[in-house]
Amino acid sequence: MGARIEKVDLPGIGVRHDIVTEGGRRVGVVSHRDGERDLTIFDVDDPDASSDSISMSDDEAAALADVLGGSVMLSSLASLAEDIAGIYVEKIELPIDSPFAGRPLGDSKTRTRTHVSIVALSRDGTVIPSPTPSDVLYAGDIIVAVGTRAGLDAVSRLFATGPD
Amino acid sequence: MHETTLILIEIGALLFGMSLLGRLAIRIGISPIPLYLVAGLAFGNGGIVPLGASEEFFEIGSEIGVILLLALLGLEYTAGELLTNLRQSKIAGLIDASLNAVPGALFALVMGWGPAAAVALAGITWVSSSGVVAKVMRDLGRLGNRETPTVLAVLVIEDLAMAFYLPILSAVVIGVSLVQGAVAVAVAVGVVSVILWVALRHGPVISRVFTPDHPEPLLLGVLGLTMLVAGLAAQVNVSAAVGAFLVGIALSGRVAEHAGRLLTPLRDLFAAVFFVFFGLTTDPADLLPVLPAAIVLAVVTIATKVGTGYLAARRAGIGVPGRWRAGFALTPRGEFSIVIAGLAVGAGVAPQLAPLATAYVLITVIAGPFLARVPDTAWFRGWSRQQRSAAMRSARG
Repeated sequence: MGARIEKVDLPGIGVRHDIVTEGGRRVGVVSHRDGERDLTIFDVDDPDASSDSISMSDDEAAALADVLGGSVMLSSLASLAEDIAGIYVEKIELPIDSPFAGRPLGDSKTRTRTHVSIVALSRDGTVIPSPTPSDVLYAGDIIVAVGTRAGLDAVSRLFATGPD
Repeated sequence: MHETTLILIEIGALLFGMSLLGRLAIRIGISPIPLYLVAGLAFGNGGIVPLGASEEFFEIGSEIGVILLLALLGLEYTAGELLTNLRQSKIAGLIDASLNAVPGALFALVMGWGPAAAVALAGITWVSSSGVVAKVMRDLGRLGNRETPTVLAVLVIEDLAMAFYLPILSAVVIGVSLVQGAVAVAVAVGVVSVILWVALRHGPVISRVFTPDHPEPLLLGVLGLTMLVAGLAAQVNVSAAVGAFLVGIALSGRVAEHAGRLLTPLRDLFAAVFFVFFGLTTDPADLLPVLPAAIVLAVVTIATKVGTGYLAARRAGIGVPGRWRAGFALTPRGEFSIVIAGLAVGAGVAPQLAPLATAYVLITVIAGPFLARVPDTAWFRGWSRQQRSAAMRSARG
């Protein structure tokens, strides 16, 4: 499920964006008009109150976004695909003994063989969006693929055992 | 001593003294407004050391102060924000107006000060100080709280309501016949509606007159236009302050942003002068007789304001602790109440209003920030937990 972001106007001050986590905790960012921003963590007992408010500089906010960023991209992809019936997004880990480990992505001819698109690679927490055929695959890479159920199953088999 | 030299010495000494008071206010965590009022009381009519030569400077400075207070207030809001707020929070605004304006009006009638004073006192008890409230919430780290938009919405509606209330008050205090009064009120409301409509619809055109990139022409231009419109508004009995507020609303985008930054220090200077001047013109000897009345009025209207915030937050689906926080945060009255009192007394309505308003604002603006902390205290949390579990028990039957 994609995360739900609530936007609340703060007239005269700016705007606040909130995310309620699956565990029921609320995290918000207050963006002031003058560019300042505060990260607020909401109280467990009193969900209307921010138990802590951390003011962040531009650099600090960008750094935090980077740290969190990898997973955000994957979850927003997941929520996007939910809207189209019959199309799925799947994260497939490249097995250690995969015949394609250490070889460029193009060698797998995934799109021709399975009609599935590879939209991103994730390696050690960093994301390579829209990889090209020359990007080299390594064992343990997470391959983000979009396609039909049958197509995605075929991709899993392809990366595990090579072409049939 | 030469007159001009004396003026410089008086103004210099007073401004320097106010700076020390401002530091003191920051140290003890209150708004400097009450301290400026007290400084004015000390040096004005019947004070310890009455100032003589510089009175004219403070009088004109205070006029500019009111204009800048309102213009900057207008600059803070975009037209869209005002309209959305008006649509979403009109019920909260109505609750606010009826709970807080009515006690003030009744009080003036009971004291036998007449209908014009009733309209003025209604305004004095109605409007919270948006400046003090916003600062308190910032200081307490509550900007991220979920009840904060409700509190801000009430403030915005009050500010917008002032655009209509102030010209009505100006028309009422002139003290003409009923028919003439009705005509004056209708003209005032009409003029405000037209200016507001122009500001909302054609704000970008007005903003285009200015260039945001050159500070000096922008500062002179915005200040000039604001004072010009304020003066013209005063000429047709729509208060000068409202004219300034509407100019602030009409400016948008980068022009508003840059103008706000340039004018803020000027506003701080002249608004301080305005509070001092109000104190200067009030005789401290008049303060004591109205003190009991001011205390009663403050206690009643602090209670009704807490009720306002509580109800508004409840309507917005905020939990019980948040409702109390919203209520207590709204209690300080400040700049607007003084503006209203100044307008009424200046027009010769119930001279007791000036000392009453001074005492009233002193009480609420000092008590307010402390009251705002009440919902964070351990005993209040304990009490509200008890209430909650009691409510749950009785619900279970």
